[in-house]
Amino acid sequence: MSQTDAEKKRKFRSAKRMREIMTEYYIDAKTAGQSGKKVAWITSGGPVEPLIAMDVIPVYPENYGAMIGASHMGGDLCAKAEALGYSTDLCSYARADIACALENGGPIGGLPRPDMLVCCNNICGTVLKWYEIQARLFNVPLFIFDTPFCHVDFADEARRYVRSQLDEYIAFLEGVCKTKFDYDRAMEVGRLSLKGQRLWQDVLDAAAHRPSPMTAFDAFFFLALIVTLRGTQKVVDFYTELLQEMKDRVEQGISAVENERYRLLWDNLPVWYRLKWLSDTFASHGACLVADTYTTAWCGSMKYIDENNFIESMAEAYTRIYLNIGVDEMVKTIFEMIDKYEVDGLVMHSNRSCKPYSFGQYDIMRMVQEKKGIPCMMLESHMVDERSFSESQASTRIDAFMEIIRQRGARTGTAL
Amino acid sequence: MEILNEFIEVAANPAAYAAKIKASGRPVIGYYCSYTPEEIIHAAGMHPMRLFGSKGDTGIADRHLQAYCCSLVRGALAESLSGGLDYLSGTVFPHTCDSIQRLSDIWRLNTSHGFFADVVLPVKLNTESARRYMADVLDKFRKELESYFHLTISDEDLNASIRTYNAIRGSLKEIWELKSHNPGLLSGSDLSSIVRASMVMDREALKDDLRSLLEELGEGKPSGEAKGKRLMLVGNVCDHPDVYTLIERSGGQVVWDDLCTGSRYFEGMMEEGSDPISSIADRLFERQVCPAKHKSPTARGEHITAKAREHGVQGVVFLYLKFCDPHSFDYPYLREYLEKAGISSMLLEIEDRLPPEGQLLTRIETFTHML
Repeated sequence: MSQTDAEKKRKFRSAKRMREIMTEYYIDAKTAGQSGKKVAWITSGGPVEPLIAMDVIPVYPENYGAMIGASHMGGDLCAKAEALGYSTDLCSYARADIACALENGGPIGGLPRPDMLVCCNNICGTVLKWYEIQARLFNVPLFIFDTPFCHVDFADEARRYVRSQLDEYIAFLEGVCKTKFDYDRAMEVGRLSLKGQRLWQDVLDAAAHRPSPMTAFDAFFFLALIVTLRGTQKVVDFYTELLQEMKDRVEQGISAVENERYRLLWDNLPVWYRLKWLSDTFASHGACLVADTYTTAWCGSMKYIDENNFIESMAEAYTRIYLNIGVDEMVKTIFEMIDKYEVDGLVMHSNRSCKPYSFGQYDIMRMVQEKKGIPCMMLESHMVDERSFSESQASTRIDAFMEIIRQRGARTGTAL
Repeated sequence: MEILNEFIEVAANPAAYAAKIKASGRPVIGYYCSYTPEEIIHAAGMHPMRLFGSKGDTGIADRHLQAYCCSLVRGALAESLSGGLDYLSGTVFPHTCDSIQRLSDIWRLNTSHGFFADVVLPVKLNTESARRYMADVLDKFRKELESYFHLTISDEDLNASIRTYNAIRGSLKEIWELKSHNPGLLSGSDLSSIVRASMVMDREALKDDLRSLLEELGEGKPSGEAKGKRLMLVGNVCDHPDVYTLIERSGGQVVWDDLCTGSRYFEGMMEEGSDPISSIADRLFERQVCPAKHKSPTARGEHITAKAREHGVQGVVFLYLKFCDPHSFDYPYLREYLEKAGISSMLLEIEDRLPPEGQLLTRIETFTHML
């Protein structure tokens, strides 16, 4: 088989369908005014199911941020925000989105204007400030879903507080939408959400196979649906197909990286404007980034969801997500992933845009080295501000890291 | 004024003061945030101690924190790891920003100062459920102290502590008001020393010392002619008394502030009564917010503009620690709010060490001359 044929075979047939769904979704969102639907901007870790149950179109500035990054528009947009007085040290998603909202710039001509804002701080404190800014700009109602940080546990008083906010959230939606909340519908949405999350976990688990049928870079791409449309049948259908494709690939021996020799774990958000470069660079060393802590976050708190009591259990599931827990809790997840995916090394993205994800990485790195005995490396960037990334520096680091991995040999002992 | 010198000395060397408290047998509990429920620590018979972190060489913290971490968090960790906080019997971390949140984790995993508590306060401070949660969290903190140190904190203890803190905060506010009315009365660096020392000194002694200081100030004539443009400082912590001196040398004077080491520390009174924990919670709930907390999308803009007007402020100096996300996000809108009110502003981003004096002087002078 020629090289090009092999490459063709490696392409995901589901990618086309995924693009179609996302295009439809953005067309729907952009034309919400004509269909009479309301649009809510919501944070990536926010409780979206009640919005779906209310027929509100959820729009994710963070997903949009990823688009901005992938289309290399982040640097310019961030610079525009800086001209407005926003510090260059701030989150590049936020900077880019703030600039877009002011001038309808960016991909797809900007996001549709929100009728309401839903901000859940389970991912960071940045979203609080970011949504305050948009609340002032658009002058629309803002709901803050406050999920107390779980350093070591989810305290009883926090549980009560979050639970009461679910009622407040529903009342907020009823007020803005001027319709009653349908609890039966919400149950159904909840079931679909959980189903979608299970399928997403299954898709990610396909990477446990050697050689892996997918890379974390593929996961970054296919993630968009579980983030934006969870709770819908569309997501369930799509991930069912994608899972089948994974199984087919495994059966046909299609590996995501040609001659996979080393398996790596990625930590933190992607470097959106260097996905291909990073993917190719690691692949050139025979290394496949088989899993990552980021895309796993959208199915990581399934254990707290009660299918028959979705709304009630949302309180815990949304509070105990990966970024809202202590460093020692995060490490446990990383250890599990290292074992599950049989990982030879850890690549940490020290993301200047995301302090809650990045501070603590040095401690995590040491724990991984001590307990799991695998090499770790760190790359630094702002996730969508391409001005912050040095390819040559990253390249040197990756080369040195891969040299260590090579000398140690892969877990299977097939390395040189 | 002898009493003023005491404040200056304590502010210049808080560790020495804390070591004395420790030697007297009283546990010292450190904290980094003005949302700390100090009243509960004090009611437990312990000594609440505001920490500011080490300055200068903080290299020891590099093993744990990236270069894009603010100097307060870095300095805090460095001070602990280098043994500078061995006098502590405990630390408490109220939840504020993402950086302090992770500092708490790193602290819990890498340092040993005895008692440790996260006080995971609500972030939004505008609903009844958040108010209840705030009180619940404080009550839990009370129980954690009781259980760790094997003691009981009674409602009477808490009410007595509330009285002390009301007196302290009331006096500090009076001093700030005096300074605003009569800026020549006290230098800015003295003002800064007073508030920082107030977070360090024995609170019962402090309560009396502040009254004595007020009496002396009340009798005193302005130490110099009140000159200079009336400025307000807005930011996080200011542990650099030199900033005030430089502002004065540049033709300005600080007449009010919105700082953790300033009005955010002393504003708000508590009621004594049958439910002191709720009283303490209510103050934290009602108090002017730090930008890591939410009251409304425009609360800080309105508050700061109103305060600036009330104190006849001609210009605002935003004094931020570099890498402080919550403050940096608020800067463009606060600047705009002030502009609309006809008040100019400038931004100074500083790290643990101030930029060269000449450079700072020029920048501030350019600003004050423009006003």
